[in-house]
Amino acid sequence: MNTIYADNAATTKISKTALAAMLPCFEENYGNPSSLHTVGQNAAEALFNARRTVAECLGCDPKEIIFTGGGSEADNQALLTGAELGARKGKKHIISDAIEHHAVLHSLKRLEKLGYEVTLLPVNGEGFVDPEDVRKAIRPDTALVTIMMANNEIGTIEPIKEIAEICHEKGVLFHTDAVQAVGHIPVNVKEIGCDMLSLAGHKFHGPKGVGALYARKGLLVSTLIEGGAQERGKRAGTENIPGIVGMAAALKEATDNLEANMAKITKLRDRLIEGLSVIPHSILNGPRDKRLPGNVNMCFEGIEGESLLLLLDQKGICASSGSACTSGSLDPSHVLLAIGRIHDVAHGSLRLSLCESNTEEEIETIIKAVPEVVDYLRRISPVWQDLQEGKRTYVIQ
Amino acid sequence: MLYSEKVMDHFTHPRNVGTIEDADGVGEVGNAKCGDIMKIFLKIKDGIIDDVKFSTFGCGSAIASSSMATEMIKGKPVSEALELTNKAVVEALDGLPAHKIHCSVLAEEAVKAAVKDYYDKNGIAYDPELFKDKHDCEHCGE
Repeated sequence: MNTIYADNAATTKISKTALAAMLPCFEENYGNPSSLHTVGQNAAEALFNARRTVAECLGCDPKEIIFTGGGSEADNQALLTGAELGARKGKKHIISDAIEHHAVLHSLKRLEKLGYEVTLLPVNGEGFVDPEDVRKAIRPDTALVTIMMANNEIGTIEPIKEIAEICHEKGVLFHTDAVQAVGHIPVNVKEIGCDMLSLAGHKFHGPKGVGALYARKGLLVSTLIEGGAQERGKRAGTENIPGIVGMAAALKEATDNLEANMAKITKLRDRLIEGLSVIPHSILNGPRDKRLPGNVNMCFEGIEGESLLLLLDQKGICASSGSACTSGSLDPSHVLLAIGRIHDVAHGSLRLSLCESNTEEEIETIIKAVPEVVDYLRRISPVWQDLQEGKRTYVIQ
Repeated sequence: MLYSEKVMDHFTHPRNVGTIEDADGVGEVGNAKCGDIMKIFLKIKDGIIDDVKFSTFGCGSAIASSSMATEMIKGKPVSEALELTNKAVVEALDGLPAHKIHCSVLAEEAVKAAVKDYYDKNGIAYDPELFKDKHDCEHCGE
């Protein structure tokens, strides 16, 4: 049985280019960039080049890049930075939205415990934050606005350029979690106008455990990990050279092929949405346009998502779900609830996230497999029986 | 692997799936809001569970727990079905992950609810203590 990997929003397979760039960093160029000898300085050069590559891809200066241990760390550091810079001026209010990644939401919870006030803006039925809501929420004591560039579950691409403009107009710092966007849609920090931006290597065919924080020149970034003077004192610890080099190579490859990949993946996505939408009582989560090229997320009424994805796995299809059983809590995905899906329906969600290596043939296989599994689970579901017998009302028409 | 082979077997090839039109006892527990509902149908002949069917809305372990529970009570006296514990279901499935134990509790309760329905319909006296709610869930409590 061939495996069809359609969970690229969770993580991606490392690209051959990235892996080839990494391997010498383990066996030959294994030095510590802080060492003054040749072996160390070779590693320092690799680090320098990787930083320059990442900066070029994002349209910024290499000095504006801080390498981190992943996207979550970059988000944590950005929020701490915004909070601490605000506190210096007595500003302790932060604005964000209901569908952020937990790396942001849980960091906000921590800041709340430290005395900060957080406003979480709602999103509309397609997951969009209204920039005017941001404008209205900004107060004289607002330290930071943090709105994601693209949502990891439903693929909504937020109007962050407009939001950044509003923030600057009001003199408020703006951070965006671009973990799902970088390498998938054009990301130029100067065009966006953000003060900080987070990214993670493994979301665009780079290695895991490495990410970066872009922080605009002149911004006093807070340190999360104390220790040595690596990353200009902003992130201690011997640099993960293989990871950083691999991430830079993957980002360059993704950026060079961005247009072609976007066109190909968008076509696959649209065919998949079209093919799955024929399932009765199903609904697309997230918008039709302004959506990540590879993201498909749907709810199927009367079934539960974990069983759906386990049965798809039996057919070799790797997907994910926002059901409570997969989120590890009692509640289904906070994102699906925020766009107005009720619990009963949110449990029956399926996310398929594509990349450029998926094929049309794979998409057709998924389009054939999902309805079979949904139909099977509905046949054994008492909820579906009740819906069919009119004892329960359909939520999804 | 999240689940044991036994769980995967009962999940992918569930036993006793379906409904019984003229069931002698029907029990439904759980809540769609929590993501799991189990419904068990009993056909009882001379105090013996002659046939049992289930339908379940829920995750893999919920479906496997229902399947296993129905297999464990089929052909048994009603009184014995009442002794089925969630622990026995978990053991028969070679274990469940900690956060899935509630699925086995639902299975036990679905069986009990079906037996209670049978008792009620047939005017059979019973000790209400037998049917005390064990399932603890903030959603279902609503």
